[in-house]
Amino acid sequence: MNETEISIKNFSLYIENRQILKNISVDIPKNQITAIIGPSGCGKTTLLRSINRMVDLYTPVLAEGEIIINGKNVLDPDINLSLLRKNVGMIAQAPNPLPLSIYDNVVYGLRIHGIHERSALDTRAEQCLQSVGLWSEVHDRLKDPASQLSLGQQQRLCLARALAVEPEILLCDETTSALDPISARHIENELICLKNDYTIVFVTHILRQAKRLADYVVFLYLGELVEHGPAHEVFTNPQDPRTKAYLEGVFG
Amino acid sequence: MTRYSRDRVISSVLFVPAVFSSILLFVMVIVLFWKSEAILSTKPLVDLLLSSSWRPVAGNFGYLPFIMGTIWVTALAMILAIPISLLSAIYLSEYAPPRIRDTIQPVIDLLSGIPSVIFGLFGILLIIPLIKNSVAPLLGINSSGYCILAGGLVLAIMVFPILISLSFEVFQTVPREMREAALGLGATNWEAVKHVVLKKTYPGVIAVIILGFSRAFGETMAVLMVVGNVARVPSSVFDPAYPLPALIANNYGEMMSIPLYDSALMFAALLLLAIVVIFNLMAQYVLMILRKVE
Ligand SMILES: Nc1ncnc2c1ncn2[C@@H]1O[C@H](COP(=O)(O)OP(=O)(O)O)[C@@H](O)[C@H]1O
Ligand SMILES: [Mg+2]
Repeated sequence: MNETEISIKNFSLYIENRQILKNISVDIPKNQITAIIGPSGCGKTTLLRSINRMVDLYTPVLAEGEIIINGKNVLDPDINLSLLRKNVGMIAQAPNPLPLSIYDNVVYGLRIHGIHERSALDTRAEQCLQSVGLWSEVHDRLKDPASQLSLGQQQRLCLARALAVEPEILLCDETTSALDPISARHIENELICLKNDYTIVFVTHILRQAKRLADYVVFLYLGELVEHGPAHEVFTNPQDPRTKAYLEGVFG
Repeated sequence: MTRYSRDRVISSVLFVPAVFSSILLFVMVIVLFWKSEAILSTKPLVDLLLSSSWRPVAGNFGYLPFIMGTIWVTALAMILAIPISLLSAIYLSEYAPPRIRDTIQPVIDLLSGIPSVIFGLFGILLIIPLIKNSVAPLLGINSSGYCILAGGLVLAIMVFPILISLSFEVFQTVPREMREAALGLGATNWEAVKHVVLKKTYPGVIAVIILGFSRAFGETMAVLMVVGNVARVPSSVFDPAYPLPALIANNYGEMMSIPLYDSALMFAALLLLAIVVIFNLMAQYVLMILRKVE
């Protein structure tokens, strides 16, 4: 039996009186890649952004149920969002480097969490850039603006930046969709390497990508959790007719 | 007529108004120059600008009181308006819940459309008595209330809606994803504002401030109503002042029999125009330089 990292219990979410997520319960296993799949608009992003509480950034939402990480309910209004997000990193759909240098991007999280010692920052920056395969490409121009990197490099930089604060969980929302196929594969391979040390939740609407990456699969449809389970089981032997239809490409 | 030739005709028809507006500026400068000729030929330019004696009947036209009056009132207004407007814009753009934002914004837009004379009346009814009866006595100063402080306050109230809406627009140009990059790492809202929003937009903010200055320099009516209009170089905010726009508005058409008076006012207008144009050019220059640096 696998250890659970994120336990979602009877989680419902409403935006402007519309129910977006309907009574979702699932345990997301530790140190695996969990793919959240489903057709566009089914609530994947909303579920993902609920885990690090970015969902209520612009619009007030009403949430029911629990999302438990390390024994704490992240939906608790009193939760320390800064510490939550330090522990739950996020890599966005399109690369979003900060308007800073490459180096300052990587160590940004460390700095806001109070680490200023130069040697500690340097060490960590190199480690993180190494682990996303970017070090050899940028080590001689760390002071250049991050915006000068290619999109693929920027996205790996964002990954490195997320790793720098030593999270346990990485949330990826279609993290490769803005990239060319080669850069996309690059990121996928890095995520596979990283799963020994991190719990990764990966949203995608590309089935082939889910098949390549996932150890565990969560299938959402119209805000409902239709089916979840180990990837090989869901992909080879789906139980719900809707999952079957989705895997056969009926919903596109 | 073919589609192609029609397009060329339309292009030249549209060209005319576009060029006309730029020509207008040149025409204004040339006319003002030409009309200022008489006063400019009486004394070297530096003497005119730095002399503080304004006695038209005696033929003394020193512009220093008006230049200093303009600078004092404008500077005071901007010192008051800049922090308030930037903080308000940051609040509206980065903190306010949509409902509060959607309530406050139309009010601010409305405020910027109110005719200047109403702000002037507001100043006379509220600010002047306040300064005369409360602020000045508190500091042991005797003031009629008609002074730089009153002008600066009224002017600050007038420019701050524009400063708020412009800087709000500038802050909104920062994509959400970039704020989220900081927030997602555990940054607080204020840290995201400091490290992302302000970092990304400070060129725009500087340009907005400079544009605010040029607006403030030219504002006439409301300031004229409360600032006292005494042609003396001021030495404290409780002194009256006589900014350039007030000089022109108050006196044009009067006492025109005095020799050179007409030309003297034209030169005042030219000065004002020059100041405003210089500030506008500065705003553009700052934007250009800072964009390049980025
Ligand atoms: N801020 C919001 N306001 C209103 N509706 C929203 C908001 N965010 C998401 N939704 C709605 O929630 C549903 C799920 O959206 P989303 O989570 O983005 O789907 P997915 O990522 O699976 O494509 C959609 O119907 C979308 O219109
Ligand atoms: Mg999505």
